[in-house]
Amino acid sequence: MSDPTAALPKPASQNKAIWQQFSTHKGALFGLIILSILAIAVLLGPYLWVPEKLSVAQAIKLKNQNPSLRFPLGTDQLGRDMLSRMLLAGRISLAVGFVAMFIAIVFGTLVGVLAGYFKRLDGPLMRLTDMFLALPLIPLLLVLVMLFRDRIAAIIGPELGAFTLIVFAIGITSWMQAARIVRGEVLALKEREYVLAARSIGAAPRRIILRHILPNVISPVMVAATLGIADAIITESVLSFLGLGFPPDFPTWGRLLFDGLSYMQVYPIRVIWPGLAISLTVLSVNYIGDGVRDALDPRIRGR
Amino acid sequence: MLTFTLRRLLLAIPTLLVISLVIFLLVDLAPGSPMSEIPLTVPPDVRQKMIAALGADQPVFVRYFLWLRQFFWVEPATVFDGWFGTNMAGDEQRILSWQSRSPVFTIIGQRVPQTLTVIGTAYLIGILIAVPIGIYSAYRQYSWFDQAGTMFAMIGFSVPTFFSGTLFIIIFAVWLGWFPTKYDTTLNVTDWASFIKQVKQMTLPVMTLGLANAAAISRYMRSSMLENMSQDYVRTARAKGMSERTVVLKHVLRNSMIPVVTVIALGIPSIFGGAIITENLFGVNGIGAALIGAIHSNDIPMVQTLAFIFAVLIVIFNLIADVLYGFLDPRIRYE
Repeated sequence: MSDPTAALPKPASQNKAIWQQFSTHKGALFGLIILSILAIAVLLGPYLWVPEKLSVAQAIKLKNQNPSLRFPLGTDQLGRDMLSRMLLAGRISLAVGFVAMFIAIVFGTLVGVLAGYFKRLDGPLMRLTDMFLALPLIPLLLVLVMLFRDRIAAIIGPELGAFTLIVFAIGITSWMQAARIVRGEVLALKEREYVLAARSIGAAPRRIILRHILPNVISPVMVAATLGIADAIITESVLSFLGLGFPPDFPTWGRLLFDGLSYMQVYPIRVIWPGLAISLTVLSVNYIGDGVRDALDPRIRGR
Repeated sequence: MLTFTLRRLLLAIPTLLVISLVIFLLVDLAPGSPMSEIPLTVPPDVRQKMIAALGADQPVFVRYFLWLRQFFWVEPATVFDGWFGTNMAGDEQRILSWQSRSPVFTIIGQRVPQTLTVIGTAYLIGILIAVPIGIYSAYRQYSWFDQAGTMFAMIGFSVPTFFSGTLFIIIFAVWLGWFPTKYDTTLNVTDWASFIKQVKQMTLPVMTLGLANAAAISRYMRSSMLENMSQDYVRTARAKGMSERTVVLKHVLRNSMIPVVTVIALGIPSIFGGAIITENLFGVNGIGAALIGAIHSNDIPMVQTLAFIFAVLIVIFNLIADVLYGFLDPRIRYE
């Protein structure tokens, strides 16, 4: 009987082992590369590609241009350079995805840990989760945005207002999966010997949760977080697509697609670019999520 | 089993009540109500009358209980009256839409057939595509077919329906000209020619939604099949000398369908949610389109009622999925 792990080179650290497993997943690696390219493009692009300042008369003459060296993706119906709009839109789309996911994960983890650790809170918090799961989310999001958009815009400005509202609305309606996953994990971890040991030496619940439980629920949360980004980006673009997202001078990819729809028959390319960007982002995020799940699962790792 | 079903039914009632309260208050207390859109040039007493005519001058809880009563008693009673010619509802007021002043449920009744024809067909076709793909992917795990199926599912997950729909319109309607870009709601199917027309205009929306649904269901089918393929009873069946066909399509498939059926039941309410986008894109005049229209024109009773109907559907199908699971799988006993 030879040790099955002996054939494999011994990984130096856990992080390295995780990375090794992750890099064997071709789709995940591909996704990571594509997402990095997109992220770098939208972060640095607006500094590298500064559209020329056009007067209104010039812009009107230059509207609906086809792609050229001057306008690599052409111009829209108001003579605005599509490439710079795409880059700016990507910034907001990705930012919405990350921030909304962050809100959902923080809230979901909080609810999950509280419900899993404190027996008294379990019932009420899980009822709350069930109730949120039964809410019709897209209609409610539409109503939320429609009704609160103007009010919030009046307080903190249209751009920041739309961003805050949409990010908050998406975050608050997508924490339920994370909460359920975390609760399940915490319920199992709570009975493990090291947690019992920590409790028996008189550690406070806060310390047990922060030191012993949270580090061990990180991996399922990471997977949920990755997939949450994809969901948030899609939800935001659905809102924008239905005309209830960001204002037109503060575009996201979904908004650009919505704007392009009216010109779809004549200039289909204007719909295809933002749609392709959304689809590529979501596809790579989903593949990364797949890879992260495999990499963080110690039963699969090293096989 | 019966006690379990009854207990779940009883538990669904408080859930629905809380949801109805949340939806009602959210829509009702939100700042941008139609009352604020009455022009300032309208004299105050006329303004008062306008608000009173909408029934919006009552305190919020009065309106909530009235709405609940209308939703759970007056509307079903009206339907009952319509079927059996009784007069149970009397002349009590029904839930009225603020944009058209006609009962909300009449509008919904007109819209639902459109949604069901298009979205329902799409869901059915999605299932019909997904199940064979899932079975064969699992049977030949890691074959090129399985890889292609995985790829297809990943793309189906990732490409949002509003983009795939738009692409289909550009390719099949604008460039190739095979199908119309918009769905014509007024078309009546009377003869063969109009039937062909109906099929043609349904193709693009059905394709869009069907592919998205098929992607998800084929994954569930595959993993469920894989789980069962390695079970002992499969080996026994093979050892008895049964044909591969019987083993896979009878023994394995039957057991694998259990979780898939519940997933399909759980997905039914979400097709109404997803329908909002597809209906909007193709101009199908269904309930998704009704909801968007109502939101844009601040038609509060319509939005509340539609959103609550979506919630009711979710709760009901969750219940059905749970009961179905226990019914199909004798190993599961809820006590």
